[in-house]
Amino acid sequence: MLKGNKNLVTYGMLSGIVMLAPLFFAGGYLLNVLVFVGINTLLAVALNLLLGFAGQISLGHAAFFGLGAYISGVSTATYGVNPWAAMLLAAVAVGLVAFAIGFPILKLKGHYLAMATLGFGIIVYIVFNETVDLTGGPSGLSGIPSFTVADFSFDSDMKNYYLIWGITLVAIVLSANLVNSRIGRALRSIHSSEVAARVMGVNVRLLKVQIFTLSAVLSSIAGSLYAHTMTFISPTSFGFNFSVELLTMVVIGGLGSILGPLLGAGLLTLLPEFLRTFQDYDIIVYGLLLVLMTMYLPGGLASGFTAMCARIRSRFSREVVKNAQG
Amino acid sequence: MLRVKNINTYYGQVHALKNISLHLNEGEIVTLIGANGAGKTTILNSLSGITPPRDGEILFEGRPVAGLSPDCIVDMGISQVPEGRQVFKDFSVEDNLELGAYLRYRKREKKSVIRKDIEDVFELFPQLSGRRNQMAGTLSGGEQQMLAIGRALMARPKVLLLDEPSMGLAPLVVQEIFRVITDLRDQRSTAVLLVEQNARAALKIADRGYVLETGKVMLEENAYDLLENKDVQRAYLGRDKKEIWER
Repeated sequence: MLKGNKNLVTYGMLSGIVMLAPLFFAGGYLLNVLVFVGINTLLAVALNLLLGFAGQISLGHAAFFGLGAYISGVSTATYGVNPWAAMLLAAVAVGLVAFAIGFPILKLKGHYLAMATLGFGIIVYIVFNETVDLTGGPSGLSGIPSFTVADFSFDSDMKNYYLIWGITLVAIVLSANLVNSRIGRALRSIHSSEVAARVMGVNVRLLKVQIFTLSAVLSSIAGSLYAHTMTFISPTSFGFNFSVELLTMVVIGGLGSILGPLLGAGLLTLLPEFLRTFQDYDIIVYGLLLVLMTMYLPGGLASGFTAMCARIRSRFSREVVKNAQG
Repeated sequence: MLRVKNINTYYGQVHALKNISLHLNEGEIVTLIGANGAGKTTILNSLSGITPPRDGEILFEGRPVAGLSPDCIVDMGISQVPEGRQVFKDFSVEDNLELGAYLRYRKREKKSVIRKDIEDVFELFPQLSGRRNQMAGTLSGGEQQMLAIGRALMARPKVLLLDEPSMGLAPLVVQEIFRVITDLRDQRSTAVLLVEQNARAALKIADRGYVLETGKVMLEENAYDLLENKDVQRAYLGRDKKEIWER
């Protein structure tokens, strides 16, 4: 019960920060970056469900993100489908794809699973590039309409910011609830010992495919949001590099933590913006920071954050005691 | 109640179980003894569906089991305590037990009933009760074994498959665990199929035993007769039988 209340406070504070943040950067370039932080957080939440909780790696999540974006983009820009319907269509289609490939792929473990998902990512990337008639190929697809509700159009960064962060926050809360449920326990048990999970009656194969599908659907939604916000997409955003970047966000943020994806995505999206001052050397500083973080914060930012909070709290309570005595 | 007829199990090309037949009656402890690689664990894994047999028949209360998935088998009332304990180390003791009731939660069984079973496990293993919120990975080997057994009991099995519960444990702890196993038989009339390296201890609490060698059943007898059997003594109980093996 107490835990639930604490979570409620955390989410309340988080929503508050998210809601107020744009007031400080209204219309600025940073607001645009924060929109990306939102999308990346949603993707990291999705990947964290699979990697952080169920312990199954995917090096192809950019493909689900891309499929969502392209199905949304093509169906709206070329065929005039309503963007909301397109988002739903993309989510269902990507879900079906993930469910279908999940059964054979998730039989594999460790490096082999990484290879298989990597292969899937590359195949999808090639399809985006080569089906020029449909996707526009390497030069991209433009003219994707924004989301609209009646006469209200999500056509500015500010409006999209609230739309995207709203959905992302819902995803964070949903993933937290899922993880703390019976299903979440079963997921983490797969991570811990697959044989033991099976003899406890957990249908490991099905559960893995289900969480893989859920993760893919969330990624697809992120893709649709991306397409309708940017109104232009090209295959380079959905390549292997981006899959690795997502993986880095989840690991840096803290595997298997609820707020880890937010911290990881926030850091890795904002960092390059601030490292611009180093000009050509930014990639070196970036790499250095990642190395330092894995050395000193192996549990990810989330664990470092909790440890810091605990330290501050204990110091604060000591101060209070001292003041009361003095 | 559990009857295994001529099963053959393979690991790829390796023929691990050759025409194994055995049976287990209600409220009975039956032990499988044999050297490493004789197929003891494979028999348990075949029964629980982890490595299903390629042919042959397994009947549980008259219903066929072979070929079903592990979750269906657990649901029918066969629970396994896997080799090497395999508790979920980053779960608390209670969460481990909750996971043992995974299928019962899925069947929407009342939470209070399951809570009561958790308390029953703590009654069975009082040592665990003080550590209920501790991470399972921080428990001692013996406590982890108790937890693994408790976790399997949470599914309310009629048959418990126990894989080497004494592995790597101090003799006193082994006694404690074996006491609980006999209690399970006597008080809950749970049938137990017990795989053990510690053949003497296993035969002392068992009703019957099977001796396995390279995937075949060599001998089936009352536990007492096996303890007295000269060949068994020489091969598996050697330690105190100098007069036999120094001859």
